[in-house]
Amino acid sequence: MSGTISPERVEGTDTDSVVDAAVPWVTLVWNDPINLMSYVTHVFQKLFGYDREKATKLMLDVHRRGRAVVSNGTREQMEHDVARLHAYGLWATLQKQ
Amino acid sequence: MTGVRRTRKGVVVSFDEVEASLLRHLVGEVRDLLADDEELTAARPVAPGIPTDAELSALTGLGGQAGREISEDPALARLLPDAYRDDPAAAGEFRRLTEASLRRDKVAAAERLLAALPGDGPGEVRLDPETTETWLSTINDVRLALGTRLEVTEKMAEPDPDDPDAPAYVVYLWLTELQGVLVEVAES
Repeated sequence: MSGTISPERVEGTDTDSVVDAAVPWVTLVWNDPINLMSYVTHVFQKLFGYDREKATKLMLDVHRRGRAVVSNGTREQMEHDVARLHAYGLWATLQKQ
Repeated sequence: MTGVRRTRKGVVVSFDEVEASLLRHLVGEVRDLLADDEELTAARPVAPGIPTDAELSALTGLGGQAGREISEDPALARLLPDAYRDDPAAAGEFRRLTEASLRRDKVAAAERLLAALPGDGPGEVRLDPETTETWLSTINDVRLALGTRLEVTEKMAEPDPDDPDAPAYVVYLWLTELQGVLVEVAES
């Protein structure tokens, strides 16, 4: 899902290594009926540095499909992203890609 | 509706007496809900015509819940969600390592908002970009807590005026409108 890789993490995500620690993890944001669409778009821009177009597309994926991958990387990076999303009140989880 | 206007020094949000009192109460309730101790704030004296804390708690149903377990409180579970969906052990470990700091950060943000609110009576708050982020996340936390209790859905119709939840739903809609305006401010 190259469209969701943040620029600063591209270099670490194209490995074919079978070593467990190198398996890319993903951060998912799940749809909920309370968070405003405009707020979710704002948070994606603020936390990940995405431009408005990309943030809006991800927000619409969350809204229409129930969830979207918003970032990927190592497990530690994804735990950091999930914690930041929880601070903003978004419903985020991480899992192996 | 709460007034929001732009000035050369930033955005100014003006609250009337009831709005300021309501916001102070709601943010205080969510702060108490998230604080990891059972110390509740003492009831404040209020001016005639302004609802007391007890009256507002009866309206929103959020008060007096400090120290509750996440498993027994859907609002708290929504504010502090599991980080792993299908892995309870990993979710528990993540919670053990991060929940206290998440609570602390949310409580601190709520307290910054409370400190900036006008005291008793109407007043204005000037928001710089950083303060706006604090307000956004904190007001959103209040909406999450209240919306979870009201079990709001995306296509929810306004409740019947006789519904006991109708006043709380009106408060929820007011917070939603305020949040929407603050997002516009933050984006511009």
